[in-house]
Amino acid sequence: MGKRVLLIEDEPNIIEAVSFILSRDGWDVKTHSNGHDAIDAVRARAPDLVILDVMLPGKSGFDILQEIRADGELATMPVLMLTARGQVKDRELAEQSGVSRYMTKPFSNADVLEVVRSMVAT
Amino acid sequence: MATLNLLVLVCFLYVAFLFTIAFGADRAARRGRGTWLRSPVVYTLSLSIYCTAWTFYGAVGFAARSGLEFVTIYLGPTLVMIGWWWTLRKMVRVGRSQRITSVADLISSRYGKSNLLAVFVTVLAVVGTTPYIALQLQSVTLSFAAFAANEPSGTDLPNQQSIALWVALGLALFTILFGTRNLDANERHHGVVMAIAIEAVVKLFALLAVGVFVVWGLAGGVNDTLARIDASPIAAWEVSGSRWVGLTMLSAAAFLCLPRMFQVMVVENEDEGHLRTASWAFPAYLMLMSLFVLPIAAVGLDVLPEGANPDLFVLTLPLQDGRDGLAILSFIGGFSSATSMVIVAAIALSTMVSNHVVMPVWLWITGGSAVMSGDVRNVALLARRTSIAGIVLLGYLYFHVSGGGTALAAIGLVSFAGVAQFLPALMGGLYWRAANRTGALAGLGVGFVVWLYCLFLPSFGPSPVMPQAVIDHGLFGLHWLRPQALFGAEGMDPLIHAVMWSISLNTIVFITVSIISFPRPVERLQGAQFVNVFEHSGSPPGWTGGLAQSEDLLIMSQRIIGGPQAQALFAAAAQRQGLAGYLPEPSPEFLQEMERELSGSVGAATAHAMISQIVGGASVSVEDLMAVADETAQIMEYSSRLEAKTEEQERTARQLREANQKLTQLSVQKDAFLSQISHELRTPMTSIRAFSEILRDTQGLKTAEKSKYAAIIHDETVRLTRLLDDLLDLSVLENGQVVLNSQTGRLGPLLDRAIAAAGVDAETFRIERDRQAEDVMLTTDLDRLAQVFINLISNARKYCDSPSQVLTIAPKRQKDRLLIDFIDNGSGIPTDHQSMVFEKFSRIGETKAGGAGLGLAICREIMARLGGDITYLPGQSGAAFRVTLPQPFADTTPPVSA
Repeated sequence: MGKRVLLIEDEPNIIEAVSFILSRDGWDVKTHSNGHDAIDAVRARAPDLVILDVMLPGKSGFDILQEIRADGELATMPVLMLTARGQVKDRELAEQSGVSRYMTKPFSNADVLEVVRSMVAT
Repeated sequence: MATLNLLVLVCFLYVAFLFTIAFGADRAARRGRGTWLRSPVVYTLSLSIYCTAWTFYGAVGFAARSGLEFVTIYLGPTLVMIGWWWTLRKMVRVGRSQRITSVADLISSRYGKSNLLAVFVTVLAVVGTTPYIALQLQSVTLSFAAFAANEPSGTDLPNQQSIALWVALGLALFTILFGTRNLDANERHHGVVMAIAIEAVVKLFALLAVGVFVVWGLAGGVNDTLARIDASPIAAWEVSGSRWVGLTMLSAAAFLCLPRMFQVMVVENEDEGHLRTASWAFPAYLMLMSLFVLPIAAVGLDVLPEGANPDLFVLTLPLQDGRDGLAILSFIGGFSSATSMVIVAAIALSTMVSNHVVMPVWLWITGGSAVMSGDVRNVALLARRTSIAGIVLLGYLYFHVSGGGTALAAIGLVSFAGVAQFLPALMGGLYWRAANRTGALAGLGVGFVVWLYCLFLPSFGPSPVMPQAVIDHGLFGLHWLRPQALFGAEGMDPLIHAVMWSISLNTIVFITVSIISFPRPVERLQGAQFVNVFEHSGSPPGWTGGLAQSEDLLIMSQRIIGGPQAQALFAAAAQRQGLAGYLPEPSPEFLQEMERELSGSVGAATAHAMISQIVGGASVSVEDLMAVADETAQIMEYSSRLEAKTEEQERTARQLREANQKLTQLSVQKDAFLSQISHELRTPMTSIRAFSEILRDTQGLKTAEKSKYAAIIHDETVRLTRLLDDLLDLSVLENGQVVLNSQTGRLGPLLDRAIAAAGVDAETFRIERDRQAEDVMLTTDLDRLAQVFINLISNARKYCDSPSQVLTIAPKRQKDRLLIDFIDNGSGIPTDHQSMVFEKFSRIGETKAGGAGLGLAICREIMARLGGDITYLPGQSGAAFRVTLPQPFADTTPPVSA
């Protein structure tokens, strides 16, 4: 039985790539592609892991992360932030917002797999 | 045997002698001879009018009553002559350069030619001098009486009053004859001055003769005299320090302020250099005058019977001893002292009265027309002569009314204290620029009132004006207003008390009011002229006048200073200006010179008023204002320089702040831009890397999958390339490095080309065009314009959310511009995003399908380069963009109605 991962990303090709990689590894991949109601999607699907983009239409990934952490039930949810914004201040902001892991695009498929696996290891 | 008749005869002879001297001196001066008249010795001797009958007789009386105190009366002037030589020189310089006629004129001239001030000073001077003239008359009368009392035959004592009247009349006549020969009061009265100098010698000689007689004739030598002085009560008089200082200062002040002293010292001064001689010679003269005062007093007290008037010791001692000749000489000495004082005082006061009171009133009554029609010269002369008679008569009346009871010296000191009130205004005027008219008036007023209340009125003893009750309990019973213990200052000598309060209150008020009030421009100018008299012998306020006024001025000045003199003055001025005849241009310089000339005759204020009536100019000319402005400008310049500096610094700071703000903004923009670029580049690269790794690492991919992923990689590479192209394009456009390639072509074919390049499918994307309106010739960079069109068309295709997309392209002519609207049938751009669409990397809509958000930013840059514009057009059926081109239309196509 596969762990469930929710990918919140708006770039179709990246959605396809990540879905392909994780599915092949046995993950149950669901996707959501805008910021407005991302938090609702997280609550509804209650995944084992969230992969979060930053530049999303409607709401930034940072805001969504803070909403997740502010939610009592989701406070411990593992969140991997996967972003094209690789500047130091972005990483700092992510860590302050309570991110579990942080990766910049472009990424190596193997790295993503490894990180994702480690985040839901137990 | 000295009979009264002989005495009268001697008097007449002496007066006749004086007339001759005066007449001769006047004649010599007129003929240009008699340089001896202008010698410093004559000047010094003329100063001796300080020693009046009061000094001649009174000093001995003073000594008999108060011991050595009489010395203060000589000490004051001596200190002034030696220590204040500088001040005297300044007064003389000012007096000469401003053609000052009297002390009132000096003060009035200094404080903006204020006639009010002049009148005030004049009144004060008359009030202060009248008792003094009475004093002189009294001394002559008393000396007559002394002779009469000694007359063994017991001849009828002539009526004292009638003697005084005759003396007064004689003096008035002499003064009028020699004091008003010239109207110009500023011109020297050589005759009078010479007569005074002779009288100075006579009185000194007489006093010395009596002194010698007393010491060697009566007392029996120097040692015996000293012994008698020791034995007399004089030696026992204790000396009061405050009274000494007070009297010395008082006499010093009076020496500077007395109208008659001002007359001989400043007005009659021929040469500033004479002061140098006078500064030692006059103190020497005073010393000689006082040499025998003590011996005469001591011997008089010793020899003469108890109750003998010590004021007449000089006379009664020789008479007692039967030395009639010496007695007559002594009498002549006293007579000389009295007459010289009355003559000079009358000249000085009459000048003041006629210039500052009579002439202004007359000018006012005749309304100025008299300047032209009346004979000003005669009026002025008449005024002067009447004033002299009036003043001498006033002195006589005072003597008549007061009955001549009080001790002589007392009246003298009261009079001194009165004129000493001028001192603050006088000295302030010479040394303090901020001193002004209001301050001078206030100070003089306060000083005068205090003097009147504390000294002058009480000096008559209890009287209806000043009853005993007021002296004892103060005005209105107010204790602190007691005239001889003002503000509770009890136990002081009444004279010192009055001098202290009047002078100090006068000074304090003068300074305070001067500081808090503002001087008028004329005052400021005159202030500078007076205070800095040694720096610039410059010009008092200037005049400006028209040419037609020259003749009027000549007529007027002929009447005032006399025909020949006025004509000479005018001719000389005309010659200086290079003109023939008698009428110079009324230049400011000439008018100024004339004002000075006239002020010599009628005083500064009146001359100023007369000229202003003819020239009609305001008393403050443009030059005055400029001069004042200059002064102000210097102050302003300094402060404005400081201000400018501050302003400049402020400006620089502001520029720096702006630059800093801009840099900060740029830095933020650059960060945002880099962040955007990074994102826009990383996104396609992410897909490329992910899918190429998938292709590389994944076993058993289906062919369809392989080709799909390869296509994604390809598309993303194309997207990346396009992004880089756009970035470069934008960079070139923004930096203004773009080279425009101007071509001419029609709008229609250009749109065809753009639609084709945008690669739209005519099936799904309909474009509505207005072929007729498109028939417009354009001259611009057609390729760049096409790039804009392509962008707009492909945007419409990408973002129009209508199921059946329609784009309307509508060109319109508007004046000299061509408008091309691109309107689609979608839902348009939300209002809050409309301002954003032209910014770099701004993207509307939820997907990132397509570009990086640089298209419209590039369009805006291109249109700016083409001299046009691209704007979002709100309120249309869908998203609407309007391209505006400046259009020099090349064809004749009529404008298309909108």
